[in-house]
Amino acid sequence: MDAAALLAQRVRAGDVRATARLISMIERDDPSRLETLKTLHAWTGRAHIIGITGPPGSGKSTLTDKIVSELRNRKRRVAVVAIDPSSPFTGGAILGDRIRMNRHSTDESVFIRSLATRGHLGGLSRATSEAVRVLDAAGYDDIIIETVGVGQSEVDVVRLADTIVLVSVPGMGDDIQAIKAGVMEIGDVFCVNKADRDGAERVVREIRAMLETAVLNGASTRFSVLYASLAAESAIPDSVAPETHDYFQQGAAHHIAKQHHDHGELDLPPVLTTIAESGEGVRDLVDAIKAHETGLVSTGLLAIRRRENLAWELGKAAADRIQSVLEHEERKSAMAELASAVLEKRTDFYEALDKLERSLAAAYVAQES
Amino acid sequence: MERTIRVLVAKPGLDGHDRGAKVIARALRDAGMEVIYTGLRQTPEQIVNAAIQEDADVIAMSILSGAHNHLFPRVLELLKDKGVDDVLVIGGGVIPDDDIPGLKAAGIAEVFTPGTPTSATIDFIRNNLKRKA
Repeated sequence: MDAAALLAQRVRAGDVRATARLISMIERDDPSRLETLKTLHAWTGRAHIIGITGPPGSGKSTLTDKIVSELRNRKRRVAVVAIDPSSPFTGGAILGDRIRMNRHSTDESVFIRSLATRGHLGGLSRATSEAVRVLDAAGYDDIIIETVGVGQSEVDVVRLADTIVLVSVPGMGDDIQAIKAGVMEIGDVFCVNKADRDGAERVVREIRAMLETAVLNGASTRFSVLYASLAAESAIPDSVAPETHDYFQQGAAHHIAKQHHDHGELDLPPVLTTIAESGEGVRDLVDAIKAHETGLVSTGLLAIRRRENLAWELGKAAADRIQSVLEHEERKSAMAELASAVLEKRTDFYEALDKLERSLAAAYVAQES
Repeated sequence: MERTIRVLVAKPGLDGHDRGAKVIARALRDAGMEVIYTGLRQTPEQIVNAAIQEDADVIAMSILSGAHNHLFPRVLELLKDKGVDDVLVIGGGVIPDDDIPGLKAAGIAEVFTPGTPTSATIDFIRNNLKRKA
């Protein structure tokens, strides 16, 4: 058996060192990992992937620790991928999420891995998606992704998780308002942590109001986006004029959403309160997370969500490859030359861009063959 | 690309504060390393399991309580039991000079006592990693 197949076999057999080592290979972009990942692919897609996100200091790690305990009570094997930022200056990082969870280190059914962002924006590290797949293949039932402390637009976790828990805390005042536009749209389950603090009820009310308004307005929250894609799945009758297809699908999305709502299959995202420090509310939170998963499966949304996410990831990976062609020395000097031509008015920006795109395509084809 | 060094910083035993460990963690971070900080009151079992899951290149432990002669060798023993032989293990804290030879014999690569400049620890790690790839 070759090294890649052997590594895959060890990961499948639950060998913690092999799993940890493979994640390191992913982190440093080691090309020899690919054969192993290809082999493991057959065993992926089984785990429930849970994203936990929210602003810095909202208690994500403490909450994750308690969620792990609750899932362990339910006899689930749990993996955690916790992401913290790297320094943009030195590349170093302090990965401190583990402090809150290290008591699970001696539980053989729990695997915790800290990842540094290593320059990646969006709230995750570049290695996250592959690391999650490895843990999925390794047989963990639930995989929790704890993002970096997010601000407004670090929403990459949407592309990986089946269920997203958005953690808020009281006392952030206008900050809650501020993050409404980006991060607040991605939650499947909302959790107001540190609920023993003043103002928790107000935050709950604000989030509920935000969600209700979003649905009434037909705004494109993640919720309604998914209904729209579900509608796109349903065949459009021939009698519907092509120019009204969009409108038809919008109506269908609404209809499907309402049906699910009426059947109690998939309600508006729940808003719960927790005190992670003491564990209060965590059981209900885990119930809500699991109910969301059940809803995704029974409505068929899980498959749609995963397919959309994978399509996005494919596009992203392709863009990365093209970017690497663009960063070749040859291309760089071509860009410098084109820039001079634009500045000296020998050509204009858009002609230069077209020319660059053509040379890029040629280089890409040459590299592939 | 240069390999990013991952260091697990841990406080085994019952010490009540971790300022020294945090100073080291900061210094290693500023030297471009990734520091997995596990905090206070860790058992040797927790430290070793965490180091394996994190695929750490280095375990750096700090002790002030005087339990180093028991806890440091225990970590090395557990690593050996699990067949891990490529992790550099270093120690620091309030450790009498007389104890250092015994700790080194047990497999602690180096012991850094109060007053050691952080650069000495950083250089030691860079020059003594057990695995290159």
